[in-house]
Parts: sequence; structure tokens; C-alpha cells
Amino acid sequence: MEKILELKHVAKTFDHRVVHKDVSFHLHRGEILGLLGNSGTGKSVILRSIIGLEVIDSGEILYHGNRIDQLPEKKLFSVRKSISYAFQSGALFDSISVFENVAYPFFEHTKLKEPEIEKKVMEILRIVKMEEAWDKMPSEISGGMQKRVGLARSMALEPEILLYDEPTAGLDPVNVEMVLDVMRVAKARGSSGIFVTHDIPAASKICDRFIIIKDGRVAFEGTWQNMEDSTDPFIQSFLTGSEKV
Amino acid sequence: MISTVKVHLQVIGEITELFWDSLKCMTTKPFYWGRLWEQILELGMGSLSITIVIGFITGLVMTLQFGYGLEKFGGTLYVPAIVSLSIIREMAPIFTSLLIAGRIGSGMSAEIGAMNVTQQVDAIRALGTSPVRVLVVPRVVATVISLPLLTTLSAFMGIIGGYIIAYAEFRMPGGFYFNKVLTTIKFADVFGSMAKCAFFGLMISLLACYRGFQTKEGTLGVGTAATWVVVRTSIVILISDFFLSKLLILMFD
Ligand SMILES: Nc1ncnc2c1ncn2[C@@H]1O[C@H](COP(=O)(O)OP(=O)(O)OP(=O)(O)O)[C@@H](O)[C@H]1O
Ligand SMILES: [Mg+2]
Repeated sequence: MEKILELKHVAKTFDHRVVHKDVSFHLHRGEILGLLGNSGTGKSVILRSIIGLEVIDSGEILYHGNRIDQLPEKKLFSVRKSISYAFQSGALFDSISVFENVAYPFFEHTKLKEPEIEKKVMEILRIVKMEEAWDKMPSEISGGMQKRVGLARSMALEPEILLYDEPTAGLDPVNVEMVLDVMRVAKARGSSGIFVTHDIPAASKICDRFIIIKDGRVAFEGTWQNMEDSTDPFIQSFLTGSEKV
Repeated sequence: MISTVKVHLQVIGEITELFWDSLKCMTTKPFYWGRLWEQILELGMGSLSITIVIGFITGLVMTLQFGYGLEKFGGTLYVPAIVSLSIIREMAPIFTSLLIAGRIGSGMSAEIGAMNVTQQVDAIRALGTSPVRVLVVPRVVATVISLPLLTTLSAFMGIIGGYIIAYAEFRMPGGFYFNKVLTTIKFADVFGSMAKCAFFGLMISLLACYRGFQTKEGTLGVGTAATWVVVRTSIVILISDFFLSKLLILMFD
């Protein structure tokens, strides 16, 4: 299988806090990779490093075999059209409407005319079931809805890779299912994904493969079956511990 | 001591870098005309009434003070010249700039600061666009355009206010007053005043945007940012005013 994204020996320290010592893993075309780990193990930092929002101290990040970790901000713009980050908080622009948030990438990166953009935006809003709230401001919709609009915005340009940062955290079961459906649609539209989450049941439903980060390293890599079969006490406690949450 | 100097130098370096980045973004596509217009409306139109009032009052007070001051020496006739010149050259630029610094300090820095804390600035980057282009350039250009215009309006109102006192208190005829004003004020005075304000506008908006990007988590961050901007820009305005005035005098007088 083709590796479209690969991290090799990535290390990152903030001031004096060592977050990653040596993180290596890869993403295959067409799969959704579950990225698990306790709170504060630096899962968000990994995703942010991939699109260059953080600069790693050492190691390499390869996209289709080309290093992207050393690129200047200007060159990163094109990477960010193909690798899209769905923020943990949604991070919607609060001064413009739901519709305008989702339309933003189209206006910035495509030459489409307004009626076409309108059609595309409404189509994506239907996928995340937010088409009725298109004219609302972000402050007028709930946190779960904001997350879905954030997802819609990051899906807009049909990126090759979607980085999901805890898209189901803090949602009720109905909303969780809705988000998982959105991720399935994104996958069907051709986006591979990295799914950062604490939500083990949700991850088990959608991920093809898993890695677990612990103490700045990849402590486990394999399928759901591998994980359930593992006799490693850490992995077992991780599965049972997190399932209770 | 050395470490504080270091920190200050670092801040100056980062602001200079922000300035170069903005220049680069200004001279390349895309340019956000819509956002620029929004900012001009918010800043320019929003400050219009207060600028008019402040300019007018300044004219009243200055004429009152100079009028009675000069009357003792029989110099009432010099009031129009002195009042209009000091208003155009110093009073209007400084008062308007300090006023705008106050507005922008709490406006722009808080706005960008809040966006930074809620990861909206990161989102702009993550969506393959530049926060400098999207947020800084429209604000800087809008301030550099609006401030000189507001100042000129303020000076105009000041001269009107001056006339009202000159007539009411000293019975100075309008023809004489305005004739004196028009023969005293040279193009260089208006140009110099606007040029100074363009520079102040650049400093105010750059510092405010810079501080916004520095804002960290917590409500304290946004509040202290406003204070930081108002204090720094006021100092920068007053100090650079001295040197710019000297420069303008060398150039035109
Ligand atoms: N900009 C930063 N400056 C300093 N420290 C940071 C910064 N960003 C992250 N960290 C630190 O890095 C560590 C990892 O943070 P990160 O947000 O990646 O954790 P996480 O695994 O995503 O946790 P969670 O599951 O709670 O979201 C944290 O201890 C955090 O304090
Ligand atoms: Mg996180």
C-alpha cells in the first residue's frame, strides 16, 4: 500500500517540556488511522506539526515522499490545500456566518463563480446536516454544531488527507454518529484521515489501523484485532480504562 | 537590565518583521478590498463624530487662551495665524492620533487577540491563507488612510471653532479671520500634518496587530493587550512627533 504521509523520528520540546521524543508512523492511501493517547501526550501537536503550525525540532515529515517539515510558510500554503486540519474546537471565524465560513476556502483557492460556490457550500452543509443553519452566526449555534461546521470547512476542497482532532469529544451519541457518518462520506470522497480521539468505541467503528502514543513514542501500532489480542498491560488498561470514560 | 533591553529589541525586531510582511502582502495578490473597506468604515466612520467634537473644542479653547494671552500685548490680530498654524501642525495630529490609539488599542488588539486565543488565526493559516494578508494589511492600510483624513477634518473644525470665539469674544470679522488663516497656512503645513498622521497610523495599527498575535489564553491577556498598545503607541507618537516635526521644518521652512 502506498504511504502518502510518513513521520520519521519526530521530536518536539516546548521550552522545557519534552512532548515527543521519537515518533514514527505512516498513513496509507484511503485509510483512517486512529491516533490514541492520554490527554497531554501531544496528539494535537502531531497534527499541528504535519501542516506546519508547529515546527518540529528534529526528524522528518514526508508527504508523498517529499519533506514538508522544513518548508517556508509560503510553500506550506499549497500543502494545506491537500492536508486539512479540523480543529478540536471548530475554530470557526466568529465574525462571519456559517455559510461564509464554509465558503472561505472556495473563495480563497478556487476560481469558481458565486452561484457554483453557493451550490458546493450547501452540498457540504447537507453532508454535515447543517444546511438549515447556513445563515446563522457561529455564536448562535451549539458547540457540537460548530464542530460539524468546522468539519465541513475543512472538507470543502476535498483534501487528500483530513486531520480530525477529537471531532466527537463532548458530543452526545446521536451527534457522535453524525460525525462518524461525515467521516465516512469524506473517506468515500477520497480523503484519507488521521482520527485523534479518546473515544475508543467510536474509533473502533471507523478506523482501519491504530497507533497509541505514550511518553513521546509510538507504544502500539496495529489493527483493532491486534489491540484487543494484545497482552501488554498498558494497552489493556488503555482499552478498558478509556471505555469507561 | 540587559535582559529587558534584549526583550525590547526583540519586540522591535518582530514588529519590523510584521511591517515587511505586510508590505510584501500589500504588493502581491490577492488584496482584500472588501476587508479594507470594512475597516475604513469601522475606524473612519466610527471615529467621525468624536473627531469633529474634539477638533471643534480644541479650536474654541486655543482661541480663548491665545486671544486673552495676546490681548495683553496688543497682539489679538495674530490670533488667526497662531491658532490655525498650531492646530494644523500639532494639536489636530496629536489629539486625533492619541484618540485613535485609544480606540484601536482596545479594538484591533482585542479583536485579533480573541481570534488568536480561539485558534481562528491558526485556522486562517491551516486553510492555506496568511493572517498578515487577511487581518493585518486591511487594518494597517485603513488606519494609514483614515487617520490623516480624520486629522484634516479635525483641524478644519478647530479653525471653525476658533472663528466662533474670535468673533464672540474679540469681535473679529469673519473676512479678516479666514483671510489670515488662508494666507498663513501653506500646502506644506497640510501635507506635513497628513504625513505625520500616516506615520502615526502605521505605528498604531502595527503595534495593535502585533500585540493581538501575542495574546495568550485567558481574559487577562486581552485586557493587558489593550493597555500595552495604548501606552506604547502614545509614547511612540509623542517621541516620533518631535523628530518628524524637526524633519518637516528642515524640509519646508
Ligand atoms: N504552544 C505551546 N507552548 C507550550 N506548550 C505547548 C504548546 N502546545 C502544546 N503544548 C504542550 O504540549 C503538550 C501536548 O499538548 P497537546 O495539546 O498536543 O495534547 P493532546 O494529546 O492533544 O491532549 P488532549 O487530548 O487534551 O487534547 C501539553 O502538555 C501542552 O502543555
Ligand atoms: Mg488535543
